[in-house]
Amino acid sequence: MASATTLSQAPGTSEGGAPSALPPAAPGLFGFTRAQGVALLVMIAALIVCPYFLYPQFLMKLLCFALFACAFNLLIGYVGLLSFGHAAYFGMGSYIAAHAAKVWGLTPEVSILLGGAVGAVLGLVFGWIAIRRAGIYFAMITLALAQMVYFFCLQAPFTHGEDGIQSIPRGMLFGVIDLRADMNMYWFVAALFLLGFLLIHRIIHSPFGQVLTAIRENEPRATSLGYRTDDYKLVAFVLSAGIAGIAGGAKSITVGIATLTDVHWAMSGEVVLMTLLGGLGTLFGPVVGAGAVIAMQTYLAPFGAWVTIIQGIIFVLCVLAFRAGVVGELGRLLRVKL
Amino acid sequence: MQEYILETEGLTKEFRGFVAVSEVDLRIRRGTIHGLIGPNGAGKTTCFNLLTKFMQPSRGTIRYDGRDITAMRPAEVARLGLVRSFQISAVFPHLSVLENVRVALQRQRGGSFDFWRSDSVLRRFDDRAMELLADVGLTTYAGAPAGTLPYGRKRALEIATTLALEPTLMLLDEPTAGMTHEDVDRIVALVRRVAQGRTVLMVEHNLKVVEGLCDAITVLTRGKVLAEGPYAEVSRNPHVIAAYLGSDPGVSGAAEVAHA
Repeated sequence: MASATTLSQAPGTSEGGAPSALPPAAPGLFGFTRAQGVALLVMIAALIVCPYFLYPQFLMKLLCFALFACAFNLLIGYVGLLSFGHAAYFGMGSYIAAHAAKVWGLTPEVSILLGGAVGAVLGLVFGWIAIRRAGIYFAMITLALAQMVYFFCLQAPFTHGEDGIQSIPRGMLFGVIDLRADMNMYWFVAALFLLGFLLIHRIIHSPFGQVLTAIRENEPRATSLGYRTDDYKLVAFVLSAGIAGIAGGAKSITVGIATLTDVHWAMSGEVVLMTLLGGLGTLFGPVVGAGAVIAMQTYLAPFGAWVTIIQGIIFVLCVLAFRAGVVGELGRLLRVKL
Repeated sequence: MQEYILETEGLTKEFRGFVAVSEVDLRIRRGTIHGLIGPNGAGKTTCFNLLTKFMQPSRGTIRYDGRDITAMRPAEVARLGLVRSFQISAVFPHLSVLENVRVALQRQRGGSFDFWRSDSVLRRFDDRAMELLADVGLTTYAGAPAGTLPYGRKRALEIATTLALEPTLMLLDEPTAGMTHEDVDRIVALVRRVAQGRTVLMVEHNLKVVEGLCDAITVLTRGKVLAEGPYAEVSRNPHVIAAYLGSDPGVSGAAEVAHA
């Protein structure tokens, strides 16, 4: 439990300070604090403006990974569970959506939802097995199960092994909007991301989320108050896996390919990296983290194999210099919750 | 209505051959404050863990309110009104003081699995939460993160959180441990007040507190019940005095080794 607990310390809420001087937690609008509201507006503005300055292809990929990281953060940041096999849900979502769109000829939104559903079902089974253990054992079980998914995808005929599923048609959104136009696709992905982001925010700020936070903070105490903590963790796990599946599905429809990279354990590591870099347990951290990692991969591509090394160095520096992540440290600096 | 709210029979817990709790028959009379005392390592906390189902007994049965709870899970036992506190102050540090109590009040809704609903529905518990906080003198701290409270206040918050569940039987694990004199007095007064209309079982090291609060006590040593009865009676028991002074004939050998 130790590892998960230390990782889950919400940054920006460090101890100390005169207690009575602190204002009661302002509910704000839709559960957003004022700072979060401002950040949300900035993010929406960026979603609208960015495609006119940056490649929509790059932005779409970024948004898919941002959603993936947000789903992962729901578990580690708000429940204190370190899943080291989230690529399984992302990758299965990716494959299923790809297969549904290409072979079955389903519309993109149905394909992506199907990917999410399969991710959620997989999450239900894997979560049910893994949640009986805590801390490092939990992480190892999730990793082992994800490896099984990887080998399944390597062997199963519909995934086409090393080749993956290629040239996936983007199709017509709701049967009417042609997604082959990059900007149409972009608005669709942006809307999907925003919906997912808001859903996660709602989950955290729901009666359910309140119990989750209590479990993260002190599980035995939550049990002693009459909460069957495993059930809550499992529901959170399923939600996280489902959203990861949707992110994976959106990614394969956007990019047009679903490959073994999506289910590889390195993908599980990447999402940990994104979340840590941005800030565990912060609402916007995973988005910033995903942005940073995808930007590095895209714009440092000319350096070839050096990308991994540069990434590693940045990661080490990040952990050494600001342990709460970029957004976590920013929040601490400005004394707000982001 | 049973006279005894909690009864155990032959309650035993073994850890790989080490017997932490051995054949304990405990009977807690309804509506009393019952103290569980004994030297360090006597098995008091293990006993608590067994009674609240945080640990599974190796042998024996536990009956609560006329019902066999031996095979139940901890969360279920809590829902029946048998609610415990912890030795180390158990609060949710990053939740506000108000939210700490509210999480307990939220149990009234049943399972809170509605992740699609805004947590503003929980505001209807705010008034009751503030009442409970007022009860333990924490009104001014309501908005502060629980982790920033001084130690004594954390214990008070813990009691308020426990009370929010309207427990029939409250188990307090060393409620005054590590406290200053003023804090001890405040907690003693609080326990006495909240014990109205319910039963309290408390582990306590401070014998003054036990003497002032408890209607009956059970003395545990090395996992076994040494004596049971009213404080005045038990405190005169030579075996109990010996156990507390460490000159119990049964362990004198061990004591000599320890002194050497």
